[in-house]
Amino acid sequence: MIRHFTLDGKKIPFREGQTIMEAAQDAGIYIPHLCYNPEFVPHGSCRVCTVKANGRIVASCTTPATEEMQVENETEELQGNRRELLQMLFVEGNHVCPGCEKSGACQLQAVAYYTGMLAPEFTYFYPMRTVDSSHPDVAIDYNRCILCELCVRASRDEDGKNIFSIDGRGINTHLTVNSASGKLGDTDFDVHDKAAQVCPVGAILPKHEGYNIPIGQRLYDRKPISVVGDVADHQEE
Amino acid sequence: MTDIKTLETASSPEKLNRVVIEPVTRVEGHGKVTLLLDDNNQVQQARLHIVEFRGFEKFIQGRPYWELPVLVQRLCGICPVSHHLAAAKAVDQLVGVDQLTPTAEKVRRLMHYGQTLQSHALHFFHLSSPDLLFGYDDAVAHRNIIGVLQDYPETAKQGVLLRKYGQEVIRLTAGKRIHGTGAIPGGVNKNLNQKEREFLLQDIDQMIEWGKTALELSISLFEKNLPNSRDFATNETNMLSLCREDGGLDIYHGGLRARRPDGSLIIDGIDYRDYEDYIHEQVKPWTYMKFPYLVAQGREEGTYRVGPLARINNCDFIDTPLAEKARLHFRAFADEGLVQSTLAYHWARMIELLHCTEAIRDLLNDPDISGTELITKGNMREKGIGVIEAPRGSLFHHYEIDEGGLVTRANLIVSTTNNNRAMNESIRRVAIDELNGRELTEPLLNQIEVAIRAYDPCLSCATHALGKMPLEVQLVDAEGHTVDRLYKNANGDVSLCKIEA
Repeated sequence: MIRHFTLDGKKIPFREGQTIMEAAQDAGIYIPHLCYNPEFVPHGSCRVCTVKANGRIVASCTTPATEEMQVENETEELQGNRRELLQMLFVEGNHVCPGCEKSGACQLQAVAYYTGMLAPEFTYFYPMRTVDSSHPDVAIDYNRCILCELCVRASRDEDGKNIFSIDGRGINTHLTVNSASGKLGDTDFDVHDKAAQVCPVGAILPKHEGYNIPIGQRLYDRKPISVVGDVADHQEE
Repeated sequence: MTDIKTLETASSPEKLNRVVIEPVTRVEGHGKVTLLLDDNNQVQQARLHIVEFRGFEKFIQGRPYWELPVLVQRLCGICPVSHHLAAAKAVDQLVGVDQLTPTAEKVRRLMHYGQTLQSHALHFFHLSSPDLLFGYDDAVAHRNIIGVLQDYPETAKQGVLLRKYGQEVIRLTAGKRIHGTGAIPGGVNKNLNQKEREFLLQDIDQMIEWGKTALELSISLFEKNLPNSRDFATNETNMLSLCREDGGLDIYHGGLRARRPDGSLIIDGIDYRDYEDYIHEQVKPWTYMKFPYLVAQGREEGTYRVGPLARINNCDFIDTPLAEKARLHFRAFADEGLVQSTLAYHWARMIELLHCTEAIRDLLNDPDISGTELITKGNMREKGIGVIEAPRGSLFHHYEIDEGGLVTRANLIVSTTNNNRAMNESIRRVAIDELNGRELTEPLLNQIEVAIRAYDPCLSCATHALGKMPLEVQLVDAEGHTVDRLYKNANGDVSLCKIEA
């Protein structure tokens, strides 16, 4: 039986067990998100997809839709909250869009533009982070990791390799590699692994390619992310 | 008669009055000039300081090599393409590519001609022409591009539109006007399609005409007061530039060529990857900027100049007809040897501007520019050196990487550094010829800036807000008390403030 809930005043159908995010995506409605990828179990950590369901603040990617639920998504209040979250993500890491090879095809940048964030406003943390270039085909730039855990989930759930994990607590939380040296080059990671395809930012990148796509033809150069979709949807192009 | 060589360091600086020009205006970036004068207003020391610390060579260490052309171009907002391409040429070597596809090389060349065109137009029309058109002592509020727009609207318009055209060439080859991504390891990421070629071709004949007019203007300004043009801030130096194998002018690629003041060759056809064997850098305690010199000539005799003056002096010919005709006229100005007049930089610059318009036309009509073979692959190497002729002169990029492709070492010798010693000598020449024994006035101090501007230095390689730069000149006595203060505020008003004892 098809049931419905209301999203920004619009009636949205959903199936039993679907989350607000899944039902909204099926209906062609965009809810901004970073750590959500429909191929993996929702994680609910980035909080960018936060909506108001019956007046409660919830992550739309982990909250099941219910009959006649009243959901707010594109309100100025929620967009404002998202901008604040994104502001914090930008200053916690070292996200230098103008020089970054992922610029124009980066989900963090695209979601920031979508929510109306044009520049970081908080004080930069300038954390000391490194680049792991030990693997012949793939580099990890830890400066850009936003801890979405998509690589962790992809490596564990689809590749069956368990190469990535999240270590540390609080502000010291960081991505770590499962090898004695901590280097990607000492794992059996392969450039064709699913974990190499899901990074929404410029943290896990194929080496030697960089800026091969000219400005104007990059993923989000012409249309916003609400129309184009996620980075992971376009990895094979 | 003051010996110019004694003016680098005064023997008893503590007893002298200090005059500071900071910042130097109508140049790219921030610099300052300090003068030490004795009680009779005789200049005892004159130095050009570059006060900014950029740090690029350090903070690109640990970054992936393929980022270099995009990262290091942010040294500059005026000629980022030069850094973009010098880095790309170095990175080509890192990925084991010694020969690009014809399309890749021609797209890069087109980008570079567009860059040189816009930079030369900006420098001549926006920054230097006010001095040359109105005189060094014209009212400050009028001696700027707005004054040019008021008094010579057609000249100003042509300058602005020549620059705009160059920027459009950059946009269509690099992706955007400033800080594009066109050059990538082993080639380029786009060609020019038919529509883009037609867009640029529709205005190119007009640009060539305006290039001719700009050249004529530079010559007439040079000839207007010939003794001054010939001698102002002039010092005899060697000249260094890249030169094509057959001796032709080439601003994208070639071997290193250096000539003595008498025109004889010091080096020629040198593979620029061996630059460390021929050029060393001297460090002095009073400035962040190093002083390069030709090893074979030694520190003093090895001073050289780079940029338009050096290139037009050094080459045997230019392969576009209008520029070649202009070069012959230029070289005939020197009875023998090289043209050494510092103000002839502007003349040489406009010959190059005209050459750029002709070269852009030729490339736009070349079918290779729309070819589809964009990238060449090779085997990785650990060291890459790229040299290009930036608008201001020879630009060296040298990178070394580890096995993973991360940068371990970088050395950049930018054009302005190459001219450091010569610029210092030029301001000393002005100090001796124009300032000695005279009262401090703004027009007199502007002559120091006129000398610096001739070189078109990029002091910090960054843009600044034209006309909004405050300028303060202080006269400080031997006890450190400020005696005189000349202040130019953001709207151009100048006030002289007498300090009571």
